Amino acid sequence: MSTRVFGQPIRRQEDPRLLTGRALFVDDIDLPGMLHVAFVRSDFAHARLGTVDVNAVRDRPGVAAVYTADDLGDYWQPGPLLVPPPPIERITFNQRTQVPLAKGKVHHVGEPIAVVVAESRYLAEDAVAEIFADLEPLDAVVDLEAAVAPDSPLVHDDIEGNLAAHVIQEKGDYQAVRGKADLLLERRFHYDHGTAAAMENRGVVAAWDERGQRLQIWDTTQAPIPIRNGLAGMLGLSESQVQVVAPFLGGGFGPKIMMFYPEEVLIPWIAMRLGRPVKWIEDRQENFFATTQERDQVHEAELAMTRDGRILGIRDVFLHDTGAYAPYGLTVPINSQCTLLGPYDVPHYYSEFKAVFTNKPIVTPYRGAGRQHGVFVMERLLDLAARELGLDPVEIRRRNYLPSDAFPHNHQIIYQDFTPLTYDSGNYEPILDKAVEMIGYRDFVSEEQPRLRKQGRRVGIGVVSYVEGTGIGPYEGARVTVQASGKVHLATGVGTQGQGHFTSFAQVVAEQLGVEVTDVSVTTGDTAELHWGTGTFASRGAVVAGNACHAAALEVRQKILKLASEELEVAEEDLELRDGKVGVRGVPEKVIALGELAQLANPLRGAVKPGTEPGLEATTYFGPDRGATAAGVHAMIVEVDPETWLVECKRYVVVHDCGTVINPLILEGQIEGGVAQGIGNAFYEHLVFNSEGQLMNASFMDYLLPTATDVPPIESAHLVTPSPLNPLGIKGAGEAGAIPVGPLFAQAIENALYDVDLEILEIPLSPNRLFELVAEQKE
Amino acid sequence: MHQATTIQVTVNGSSHERTVEPRLLLSDFLRHELRLTGTHVGCEHGVCGACTVLLDGEAVRSCLVFAVQTDGREITTVEGLGTPDDLHPLQQAFQEAHGLQCGFCTPGFLMSLIPFLEENPNPSEGEIREALSGNLCRCTGYQNIVEAVRLAAEKLQGS
Repeated sequence: MSTRVFGQPIRRQEDPRLLTGRALFVDDIDLPGMLHVAFVRSDFAHARLGTVDVNAVRDRPGVAAVYTADDLGDYWQPGPLLVPPPPIERITFNQRTQVPLAKGKVHHVGEPIAVVVAESRYLAEDAVAEIFADLEPLDAVVDLEAAVAPDSPLVHDDIEGNLAAHVIQEKGDYQAVRGKADLLLERRFHYDHGTAAAMENRGVVAAWDERGQRLQIWDTTQAPIPIRNGLAGMLGLSESQVQVVAPFLGGGFGPKIMMFYPEEVLIPWIAMRLGRPVKWIEDRQENFFATTQERDQVHEAELAMTRDGRILGIRDVFLHDTGAYAPYGLTVPINSQCTLLGPYDVPHYYSEFKAVFTNKPIVTPYRGAGRQHGVFVMERLLDLAARELGLDPVEIRRRNYLPSDAFPHNHQIIYQDFTPLTYDSGNYEPILDKAVEMIGYRDFVSEEQPRLRKQGRRVGIGVVSYVEGTGIGPYEGARVTVQASGKVHLATGVGTQGQGHFTSFAQVVAEQLGVEVTDVSVTTGDTAELHWGTGTFASRGAVVAGNACHAAALEVRQKILKLASEELEVAEEDLELRDGKVGVRGVPEKVIALGELAQLANPLRGAVKPGTEPGLEATTYFGPDRGATAAGVHAMIVEVDPETWLVECKRYVVVHDCGTVINPLILEGQIEGGVAQGIGNAFYEHLVFNSEGQLMNASFMDYLLPTATDVPPIESAHLVTPSPLNPLGIKGAGEAGAIPVGPLFAQAIENALYDVDLEILEIPLSPNRLFELVAEQKE
Repeated sequence: MHQATTIQVTVNGSSHERTVEPRLLLSDFLRHELRLTGTHVGCEHGVCGACTVLLDGEAVRSCLVFAVQTDGREITTVEGLGTPDDLHPLQQAFQEAHGLQCGFCTPGFLMSLIPFLEENPNPSEGEIREALSGNLCRCTGYQNIVEAVRLAAEKLQGS
C-alpha cells in the first residue's frame, strides 16, 4: 500500500466549495414557479382553538393557497413515534406526538395553526399577519414540579398528571446498602440544557413532477432515508417515487433528526396539491419555538459512600420536561439515567424518573442528549462527598473508576439502544493522569493557587470525568464503486452536517483501495444514491457508517484482487494496490490501472461466467451488537471576578479516548466545538420561560451563544482504547466535548470561591446567578 | 402597495440593474435576485454575522440593509473572493487550519475578516478574537478560526 491515509490529519475535501459559497444548502434551491410558505403559529402556550378565519387572505394578490387542519382531511395525522420505549419492566408510557396543524387546542407557543402559500415569502408573511385565529387562553403548564401536582392543568386533557412516562431501573439493592454507608449525601439538582441553535435554520423544498410521477424533496434533516420512507407512506407513493436530499447542512446537533416536523409533512403535500415547487425556510424566531430543544430536569439524588470514598450505591429520582409532545420517546431521560453512572463502579443503583408534558416546545436530543444531566448529578455528588470526607476531587474519582480489567462491563440496566448498558472497553486512569499532568494540577494546587490567593485573586481548578455511549445501531450502509476513470465513488446513507464525512469516509476507502483521498468522491444524504440507513445521530457516523464504508471497500478490494489475478495470471497474494493501480509486488511493469480493471469488469459484449456481478462495486452494511463507550476527562482553571462575577477560563484541557482515530484534525474540531457548546450551556445559554409559557429570550440578542472572546483555547490529548465491537475499533466523538462542562464549571468556581461555603447544584450559571448564589450563602 | 424602485449595483465587479420593492433586504436581493447564494442568512436580526458582505469595502450585515440603500454602490460577496481552484489566501488559511465545519457561517467570517486584515495586517490573538466576536459559529469553538486568521495574516503579508 502507498502512504497510509487512515489516521492522518488530512485537510477536508469539502472545504473549497464551502469556502467559496458554492456548496448547496437547502435555502439555495431555486426552481421555476416556486411558491413560498409562511406559518400562522400560536402566540399562546395553551389555548382552546376556535375558528381560524382565513377568508380575508384567500383572495389576496400573490396568495396561492391557505390551509388549516380542516383542509388536510385524512392527511391530518399525529406524527409517528420515532423511538418506541425500550423494553424495561414496569414502564408507563403515554404516547403523544405532534400534529401537522393544531386542531381544537394549541399546546405550545409556535405550534402551527395555518399555512399560507404565496408567490414570495414577503407576500406569505403579509397574509399571515391578516389571519385571525380564535384562541381562548388556558392556564399553562410550565414549571416541571407544578406539572405533576394534583391540581395542575393538563397539557393533554386525557393524560392524568401530565405523565408522559414513568420508568424505574435498578441494579443491586440500594435500600439495603444505604444502611451500611459511612456517608449519606442527599441533594437536589437542577440541570437545564438549551437550544442547539445551528446557524442554519430548518427548511424544506418539495417539487412534484406530474409527468414523471416523482417527488423530489430537499430537507435540512439528519435522516433523509427515514424521511423518504415515511413521506412515501403518508402520501401514498412508492418509495422509489420519492427522493430526499439532505445537501450541505448548516449544523445539526440533534434537533434536525427529529421527525416528522409538521413542516416536513406539509410542504411535500402542498407541492403535490398545487403542482408547483414549494419552499419553506424557518426564520430564527421560529427556530426557538418550532425546532425541538432540550430543557430541564430536577433530580433528588442520594449517594451512599464508605469512609474511604468508595461508592456503595446511588439513588436518583428525577423529573424530565419533555415539552408538549414526546415523539422521540425516552431517549433523553434514559441517557440521563444511564450516563449518570459514568466511568465508575456503582454496585447498587436505583433510578426512577417521570417524563412530564408541559406547554413548551418539544424536547428531543440535542448534542449530549440528556447525558449532561446525569453526569452533572454524579460529578457533583462526588465533589460534595470529597469535601465531606476531606478527599481530593481527583482522588475520589480515581478510587471509583472501573478498573481496566472490568470490561466488557454490564451495568444491568437498559440503554437507549434497547440493549443492556454494557461498556465495551475502557481504561480510565491513564486519561485522568494525563489530564492532571497537562493542566499541572499538583503545582497549581500546591503553589500557584496559594500564591494567587494571597494576592486576593479567586482562582480555581476543576477535574471531571464522563463516559459517552456512542455508535449505536441499528445499521448503516455504503456503496463503493471503482469508476471507468479510475476514480472511486462512495455513497452512504447518512447525512452530513459539518462532521467532515467527505474526507473521513474517503480516507477509510482510500486506505483499502490504494488511491488518493482526493480520488474518492463521496455522496451523503441522497436517497437516490443509497436508500437503506437511519441517519446521523448519537455520535454514530464514524462508527457505524465508517465501518460500512470499510466493509464495502474491503469487498471491492477483494474483487480487484480476484480480477487482477486472472488478468495478470498471478496469485492474489502477490498483488498490491497502490497509486490507483493493482500490480505484482516487485514487478513494476506488471500492473493494471483500476479504471482499466473496472472496464474489464463491465464488458459491453461477449459472455460472462454465470453468477458474475458486473463492475468493481460493493454495497455493504454494518450494524454493531451495541454502542461503543468513549470516555474522557476535562480539566479547567478559572478566575472569578468578585466584582462582575464573570468567570474567566484560563486553561482548558481535554483528554479523550474514542478508540481508533480516522482523522485527528476532524476529531479535534469535534471536541473543540463540543466544549464551546458545553461552555454555552454552563454559563451563557438559558431558555427563559415565563409563567404563561412564553419564551422571553427568543433571539440571538437575548439568548447568548458563546463568541470567540468567550471560548478559551482548548488543549487536548487522545488515548486509544479500541472498541472490540467494530473492525476499525472506532468509538464516536461527536458529543463528548459538550457533556461534562457544567459540573466542571461548578467544581472550578467553588474551588475559586474558597472563602464562600458555596454548593453549586444547578446549571446554567451566569454572572448574575453566581452573584445571587453567593449572596444567598452569605445571608 | 409598495412603490418599486430601480437600483443599479455593482456586485463582485459586475453591474446589475433591478427593480425592487423598498422592503427587500439586501441579503434576499443577493441570494434570490442575483442568485449569489454564498451569502447565508442565520438570524435576520443582525447578530450572527453569517450574511456579512462588503459594501463599498466595509463589512455590513446584509440582513440589516435594504437593497434600495445600495443603489449606485459596490458590493463584494464571498463569491468575489476566490474560486474552488483558486482560493483566496484567507480561504486557504481556513482550509489549512480546519477553521470551518458545517461551513454555513464561514462566508460571513471571511467577509468580516477581509477589511480587518487590511486594516490590521499583523493582529494579536486578542485583536483577532475581538474581531471575530461579531460572528457566531456553532461548530468550531473558534480556536481553529483564530488559527486561520493568524495563518492568513502570514500569507497576506508574504504575498
